[in-house]
Amino acid sequence: MKLMLHVEPGIVRQPLVSSVILETGALVNIERAKVDAVSGEIVIDVSSDKCMEVKKAFEQRGVKVVLLEVPVIRDDMECIHCGACISICPTGTFRFEDFKVIEDAGKCVQCGACIEACPQRALRLILK
Amino acid sequence: MYTQPGNGSTPKGSGGPGIGTVVIPQLFNTPCLYIVFVEEKSLSEINERIREGNVCVVTAEEMPDLVDELGTDGAVREVDVVTTGTFGAMCSSGVFLNLGHSDPPIKISRAWLNRVEAYGGVAAVDLFLGATQPSEDQGDEYGGAHVIEDLVTGREVEIKAQGSITDCYPRLDLETGMRLDDFNQATMVNPRNAYQRYDAAINSSERTLHTYMGTLLPRHGNISFSGAGVLNPISNDPNLEYLGIGTRIFLCGTQGYIIGTGTQHNPQDNFSTLMVKGDLKEMSNDYLRAATFQDYGPSLYVGLGVPIPVLNERIAGNTAVRDRDISTDILDYGVPRRSRPVVKTVSYEDLYTGFVDIEGKEVKTSPLSSRYMARQVADALRDLILKGKFFLSAPVEQLSLTGKNDPMRQTREFPLVGDVMSRDVVTVHEDISISEVARIIVGGTYDHLPVVSESEKLMGIVTAWDISKAVANGKISQISEIMTRRVFVASPDEPLELAARKLDHHKISALPVVDKDNHVMGMITSDDMSRFFSRRRSG
Repeated sequence: MKLMLHVEPGIVRQPLVSSVILETGALVNIERAKVDAVSGEIVIDVSSDKCMEVKKAFEQRGVKVVLLEVPVIRDDMECIHCGACISICPTGTFRFEDFKVIEDAGKCVQCGACIEACPQRALRLILK
Repeated sequence: MYTQPGNGSTPKGSGGPGIGTVVIPQLFNTPCLYIVFVEEKSLSEINERIREGNVCVVTAEEMPDLVDELGTDGAVREVDVVTTGTFGAMCSSGVFLNLGHSDPPIKISRAWLNRVEAYGGVAAVDLFLGATQPSEDQGDEYGGAHVIEDLVTGREVEIKAQGSITDCYPRLDLETGMRLDDFNQATMVNPRNAYQRYDAAINSSERTLHTYMGTLLPRHGNISFSGAGVLNPISNDPNLEYLGIGTRIFLCGTQGYIIGTGTQHNPQDNFSTLMVKGDLKEMSNDYLRAATFQDYGPSLYVGLGVPIPVLNERIAGNTAVRDRDISTDILDYGVPRRSRPVVKTVSYEDLYTGFVDIEGKEVKTSPLSSRYMARQVADALRDLILKGKFFLSAPVEQLSLTGKNDPMRQTREFPLVGDVMSRDVVTVHEDISISEVARIIVGGTYDHLPVVSESEKLMGIVTAWDISKAVANGKISQISEIMTRRVFVASPDEPLELAARKLDHHKISALPVVDKDNHVMGMITSDDMSRFFSRRRSG
C-alpha cells in the first residue's frame, strides 16, 4: 500500500523514514521524494500488514500521512477516454479495458505527469 | 445513452441474389457455365429501406467479421450501410459567426470572443474563430476551441471588437455579450478533418517534449499515436468512391456535409483529408470537446462519422478493413525538423496492443484520439439511420485522387549553424593540466574548450568558470575531473534558430559543433548569434 507523507518545516531535517523503519521493522520502498530546505513530500510503499503501523509511527513524529487508496481523481464528465495518460505514467496506473480508460488503485505515486498530459484537464491529484 | 440496435441492424437471413443483381445468363450453345453474380444495389434503394425501417446497418468494427463469414457478395445482400466514426483532436477546425449589425453599424477589423482573437477581415460582421487560437489572458488553457465549446453549451461569451470607420460604418468599437442563439449564423467549417491515418510520435532526445502529439518522454520513453483505425471513414473508402462533395455526414452530433478535400489532402500516400461543414447551433457537447495540449496550445476534439452504403462488392471489400491492415510510421519528434526520421512502421493493431518493440525495448504506446468516442460516433450514426432520421446523400462530385502536401517554398534563406560557427576552435585532451587550460583561455578568444579523445572525438567541455571554480576550491588536478561530460552539441546543417533554442533551454552560452562521427568542427556561441542577427537586422 502507498502512503504519502507530508513533512512540515519543523521536522524536515530529522531522519524520519529510517527511524520509522527501525521502529516498525517494515520494509519501506521510497517511490518518490521531494525534500527541500523547508518541507518534504514523500511517497512510500509498504506491505498491507505493516501499513497501519507505519502510518501511526509517522503520525507520532508529526508527519501528515495520507493513505493513497484511490489514484488521481478523475472528472468523468470531462474524460473522453483518449488514453493520453496511459503511456506517460511511470507506474502503469492507467490501462484500456474495451477502449475505456480505467485506473488501478495502489499504483499511483502522485507524480502529476498525467495531470499535464490530459488534454481535457480531467485529472487532479488527491491533495491539490 | 445510445440504444442498442433494433431488429433492423442484424443481417437479414435472406438467401439468393438481392435487388439489383446482374445475372449474365448461360450463353446459348456455349459448353461452359457462364454465370457471374455481381451484387449491386442503389443508394435510393438503401434510403427507401431507411424510410421503411428495415435497413441493415453495422459499424465498421463489426463489418470485417461479417465479410469473412458471408463473403463480399453475401455482405452486399445482407448489409446496407457501414457506419464509421472518428474522435480526435482536429486542430484545423473553426466556425464562421455572423454577429448581426449593430447600431450605429461597425465594420469589424479585429474582434475577440472571451479574449480569443477571431479573424475579422471577412466583411463587416462575419468572423472566423479558429480552434487553436490561444486567449490573451489565459494562454493555452483557454482558446478558440473553448469558446466554441462554451457556445455549444449555451454559455454567453463576451465580444469586443474594433472597427475601421467608413461613411457606411461609423462605429469605432463595440462590446457585447452573445449566446449561440444570438448569432444569425454559426457555421462550423473545418479545413482539414478526419485524417485517413496519422504518423505516430516518439522522442529520442534527452528531454521531455510537449507537442501536439502530447507528452513525449525522453530516450524513447513512450509512443503517442492518433487515429480511429478500422473506424476511420476514409480507411473504409480509400478510393473515395462514396466520400465526395455533398456527402452527408455526422458532425459533432448533427448532420453536416463534406464540402471538399481537406488541406494537405494527399491520397497518393494514404493521407486523405476532408473539409467539412455543419451548423454549430445543432451540435452537441458530447461530440465536440475543447482540449489543451500542454505547452502546445488549444485544440478541438471533433466527432465525425460517415455512413458508407454497401452498394457493391468492391465497397463491401473495402469496409472489411481491419486495424492490422492500416499501417503508419513512428516518427522521431526528437529531431526538430520538417523531415523527421522514421523509427518504425507499424499497424494500428500493433499500436493498440499497448507496446511496440523499439531497438529491443518494449515501449509503451497510447493514443490521443478516443477510440471509445469514435465508437460512440459510429453507434450514434447507426442509431440515427435505424430510426429513419439520417438518409444517405449521393456526392455531387468526387474528391480528387491526387493531392499535394509539399514542403513550404521558403524564399528567405534560413541560416544554418555551419554558416555562423567559428571554425578556428582549440580542442584539448583530457590529460592536460588545469594551468595549461587557463593559459589557453587567457591567451585566446574562447571561454569554452572542447575536450577530445585520442581519436579526436568529443568527450566533454571545460569552461573558464570550471577552471576558476577548481582553483578556488584548491583542487588543482586533471581536466577529466572537472569537465562536463554531458555536452549539448549542434550539427553544422542545423538551423541557427534551433541551436539558439538549445542555448536558451539549457541556459548555456556555447555549443561545440560536431560532425556525424562526433569530431569537433567548430563552436557556436551566443555571441556569434548576436553578432549574426544584429548584422542581419542592420543589413
